[in-house]
Amino acid sequence: MANRKAALVMSVALIAVAGCAKKRPPVLPPAPGESTTAPGTGGETGGQVGTGALPGSAEDFRRSVRSDTVNFALDSYDIDPDARAILDTQAQWLTQYPNVRVTIEGHCDERGTREYNLALGDRRANSAKNYLVARGIDAGRITTISYGKERPQAVGSDEGAYAQNRRAVTVVIS
Amino acid sequence: MLKLRMLVALSGCLALGPLVAQEAPPPAPLDVPQVAVPAGQDQAPPPLEVDVTGGISAPMPIAIPIMPTPAVQSTPAGSTDDLGRQMAEIVTADLKNSGLFTPLQPGQLRAVVFPEVTAPAYDYWGGTGAQALVQGFVRSNGDGTLTVGCYLYDVFSKIELARQGFVVQPSDWRRAAHKCADTVYTRLTGEGPYFDSRIVYVSETGPKNKRIKRLAIMDQDGANHRFLTNGQSIVLTPRFAPNQQSIVYMSYVGDQPAIYVYDLASGRQRKVVQGVSLTFAPRFSPDGRSILFSMAQSGNTDLYRVSAQGGSPQRLTNSPGIDTGGSYSPDGSRIVFESDRGGSQQLYVMNADGSNQRRISFGGGRYGTPVWSPRGDLIAFTRIAGGFKIGVMNADGGGEKLLTDAWGDEGPSWAPNGRVLTFLRSAQGSGRSQVWSVDLTGVNERRIGTPLDGSDPSWGPVRP
Repeated sequence: MANRKAALVMSVALIAVAGCAKKRPPVLPPAPGESTTAPGTGGETGGQVGTGALPGSAEDFRRSVRSDTVNFALDSYDIDPDARAILDTQAQWLTQYPNVRVTIEGHCDERGTREYNLALGDRRANSAKNYLVARGIDAGRITTISYGKERPQAVGSDEGAYAQNRRAVTVVIS
Repeated sequence: MLKLRMLVALSGCLALGPLVAQEAPPPAPLDVPQVAVPAGQDQAPPPLEVDVTGGISAPMPIAIPIMPTPAVQSTPAGSTDDLGRQMAEIVTADLKNSGLFTPLQPGQLRAVVFPEVTAPAYDYWGGTGAQALVQGFVRSNGDGTLTVGCYLYDVFSKIELARQGFVVQPSDWRRAAHKCADTVYTRLTGEGPYFDSRIVYVSETGPKNKRIKRLAIMDQDGANHRFLTNGQSIVLTPRFAPNQQSIVYMSYVGDQPAIYVYDLASGRQRKVVQGVSLTFAPRFSPDGRSILFSMAQSGNTDLYRVSAQGGSPQRLTNSPGIDTGGSYSPDGSRIVFESDRGGSQQLYVMNADGSNQRRISFGGGRYGTPVWSPRGDLIAFTRIAGGFKIGVMNADGGGEKLLTDAWGDEGPSWAPNGRVLTFLRSAQGSGRSQVWSVDLTGVNERRIGTPLDGSDPSWGPVRP
């Protein structure tokens, strides 16, 4: 994670330099408080540098965060430690690009009835949203949509597929 | 055994019964030989009747010969003799699908000539093993309409039990056959009619993670199928308005999932509740004036009602948790719904204004998608416990009975007579779903054919 963070900050800095004629480019907003990684360290890992993802783009988001997806336990909408770690990286990125808006999609596995799952998907999307808001992201930048069980990630009917399908996915609005 | 409701009804059958076609002209009298209704019904042999509670334990043998025509004429629906053959097949299929009858094959029966329609060859029919006999005719009228006569006889007692005549536009010819089957069914079972009705559902195609879903409507036997939406947006959970002129459903149009009303005559759709909140699980009230629905706000889902014309919603539940899947009792005074307020998805009943909420499901596992029977006596539901199953319970929560035992049965909807349910059955793995029906015995389970896969079926009322 530290490497990714570093690479991200560096790539941002590089683009900022390239895109600005000023001698001293404006300093970009730092990552949220706990970021201590200095620009320029950990350079080659992560692959963002020179791969062409436009900063602030959906592609940049996906490459920069640990994951665009957090998963949930059965019939649950609790943000567990894994989800926290993922959402922290999302919050960090969103802090860096304050004009970017996102939609969080809430999804469920197929073991709930259709309408209940619409409500459960809404809960999951809002759980992720609330976490990001608590990390300092303006609630007005985040919309939610529930797909219930209509759009599974994995198409099987087994525990592995169900675990993948219980999710909230953060999507950058382009 | 159910009581027959025949004596008074019979005398009324001498005149043509109410006609089915919308704005049909007044019925012409049946110009076929009339048989007198037997006098003194109280002296008749034991009346013919079907035991509906025992289901298929003793389905009744019944004969429905091809319906003759007084004159072969071509119509936009085909020639009248061909229509007579097809109508007999439709009546046969309806009665067979009810699980309460074992019809003899129309093609293997005596060719009934027109004058014989009201003077059955009882001796012949007695030899076929049929206990009941349905005869009818098809006639093309000068004004372009069709008259379909429908007569029900008790083969052993040699009496007429019912007669109905229907004047229909040629395009509605199948409805006349369904009305005839309803006449037979109601007369012999004492149950309400349901064959002349439609089902609205969601037609599905495509891979499981990218299903294309379209609203579609069809007759209850799968005929006259047509698509209502084009599949560009996900659509879910359609329900008929009581007057059948519109359908309320949920759509993802514009990536703003919300409830819409689809007007069947114009094809126009309108959003019911303005705003960006997720609204879903819509149901019309029995009088059609209100729509009961669920709205999710910040992760909390409650039940609301709103005028069918739109306007400000009235909140009915206010508990932390998911309150959804509401369904009105047929008199509109109460609502059954599902809630996870107690920790898991269970069924609750409340007054229509939201007061007096109490739990009614206690059988273990989770319960969802409650639907109040049009007769008011039962509530159907999906029970989740080692698979999804369709069940029914009394309105007070007692008398629970599971009707199906498959991997993924969900979302029951009552036939208008409250004796049959349609639901979706999805397959493990592929997720492909089909429309099925089951009756209250739980024994007569069968698939309703659809051109593609199908889900979320909703059975409409009997057509006027």
